[in-house]
Amino acid sequence: MPTPLLEIKDLHVWFSVFKGFLKVLDGVDFVVWPGEKVGLVGEMGCGKTTMMKAIMRILLMPPATIRKGEIFFKGRDILKMGQGQLQEIRRRKISMIFQDPTAALNPVFKIGTQLRDVISCTRERGKSMTKGDIRRRAIQVLKEVSLPDPERILENYPIQLSGGMRQRICISTALVSTNELLIADEPGTSLDVTIKDQILRLIGEVVEKRGTSVILISHSLGAVRNMTDRVYVMYAGSMVEAAKTKSLFANPRHPYSQGLIAATPKLTGGGVGKGVPGRIPEYIDPPTGCRFHPRCEHAMPICRDKKPPFFEVNENHQVACFLFRDNQSHR
Amino acid sequence: MMDTVLTIDRLKKHFVTRQGTVKAVDGISFSVQESEVFGLVGESGSGKSTVAYTVVGMYRPTEGKIIYRGKNIGQESRKRPKELRKDIQIVFQDPGTSLNPRRTIRQILELPLKVHSLSKDDKKPLERVEELLEMVQLPPSYMYKYPTMIGGGERQMVGIARALATDPSFVILDEPTSALDVSVQAKIIDMLIQFQKKFKLAYLFITHDLSLMRNVASRIAIMYLGKICEVALASEFFENPLHPYTQMLLSSIHVISDEEEALIPKKVVSRGEIPSPVNVPPGCSFHLRCPKKMDICSEKDPVMGEVSKGHGVRCHLYDGEAG
Repeated sequence: MPTPLLEIKDLHVWFSVFKGFLKVLDGVDFVVWPGEKVGLVGEMGCGKTTMMKAIMRILLMPPATIRKGEIFFKGRDILKMGQGQLQEIRRRKISMIFQDPTAALNPVFKIGTQLRDVISCTRERGKSMTKGDIRRRAIQVLKEVSLPDPERILENYPIQLSGGMRQRICISTALVSTNELLIADEPGTSLDVTIKDQILRLIGEVVEKRGTSVILISHSLGAVRNMTDRVYVMYAGSMVEAAKTKSLFANPRHPYSQGLIAATPKLTGGGVGKGVPGRIPEYIDPPTGCRFHPRCEHAMPICRDKKPPFFEVNENHQVACFLFRDNQSHR
Repeated sequence: MMDTVLTIDRLKKHFVTRQGTVKAVDGISFSVQESEVFGLVGESGSGKSTVAYTVVGMYRPTEGKIIYRGKNIGQESRKRPKELRKDIQIVFQDPGTSLNPRRTIRQILELPLKVHSLSKDDKKPLERVEELLEMVQLPPSYMYKYPTMIGGGERQMVGIARALATDPSFVILDEPTSALDVSVQAKIIDMLIQFQKKFKLAYLFITHDLSLMRNVASRIAIMYLGKICEVALASEFFENPLHPYTQMLLSSIHVISDEEEALIPKKVVSRGEIPSPVNVPPGCSFHLRCPKKMDICSEKDPVMGEVSKGHGVRCHLYDGEAG
């Protein structure tokens, strides 16, 4: 059995606020294997970004506190690392593409300056780079993300570029160092459909070429279906379903996943479903047991008392719902 | 034959800026029938919202006519008769900014009733506000809340209740669900369709989401840089998309089932970006991104031609076929 590239075990993240604690992440389990493309789906405010920030250790603490849990990157616990080791991981191992490229780039520096900083910061330890080397590398990465006229773009400020171009710049900064894990946090959401499609294809191509693992966070089910091998569905701070992408879309098991898929408008027509009734709970006082039970039409008494663990439906499909406790395959 | 509610005839809206004239809407024509959902699709910057704001009277058209039930209403809202303003309502895109954060929901919903003196005769305004909240399935206690205290979906419900407060017969929906999650979107769309059937409303539904459009609209027009490039019945539209831009849009959609996959044109790969509306390319404005570009495209702007009944397309590829 190979070691997973990234493994999160029972992660609890709370935020301290005036009224008490927001219990946002409630025992998250998550695995990424080397070379795998993993999707993470969930609605606004379900804790997707919090989880990613915990992986990168860029959560603002306080207010956030990691109550419990471990995050292993290649067998080493990120949460126990010192600053030096952490920097090494951020420099060369894990990189992140943020949702809003306009906010991710500094408006008062030229693209060239920002790329130069990233390149000189992520260079191999002990290896010196001349100004010319850095410039050549910058032009090379800009070409890699199919930006036309890289020499001119280096002299531009972010405001002079369109949203799609800015997102390409962000992707290029994430790709500067050969990294092992790329976290793409809603990379196309703030862009138009045609541009979004281009950006997603670009990420797919670059990742394919380098064999990088990817975590694609999105609330667009379609993007996840086209881009990933395996999908996690997240609801209110815990994973409710984990499955191979094909298996999930062909046969969603968790009532929440079913609701999400039914609520997505289809090109074939037939109307939009009624959605999932209710709304995401308040994190200050979340429901006990399964956090989905107040909205679930199949809720049973046990759902209120106990948090469901992952039950294995088959080797490609796990679901955290008591409806499937008898389906567990005996191995 | 259904009656026409709204006819837009060669409507233009230009904005003069320091960088030059922005042709936000540049000569578009369409009509909306009684109790119909007419969909307007386009990317950001294509002029969809400008059309909405011009029809509702927030802008005065630069040129062209807006005919509403036989009357030309091409003037600003404050010059329009009150009766007309009552009849055309709008729901905005972002419920977070379209509701005044310093007014309670009750005050927000009472305002249209007061402006149009709708509450004097039969009912007290309070009762009507309760009724409106009930209509959008919100508890009456919400009356005393402020918009910041409730969720995004619920805010949009209040926005819809406000638009329906005056009993309009024509409602413009400017991306009513694009700021919301899918499960909330489904609920709101479901509700909007119910109201449309119940009150026999006509909708001008604006969105950038083609899959959503497929499920709500009966006819669809695609806008690109201030012009309509294709208009057709919803079913026809997805089975037989003609304009290269429509094909590009459809092929950019990420769908969630194999049946949908079959409807997507495979060969058109999206490329390029929407140019600045200050500097519109000559000829057909799409020719820079078009995979089927011909010589004529950079010289002459195509005109809208009807390929089959009700299916119009503005592209030189179909010049011969259009009668």
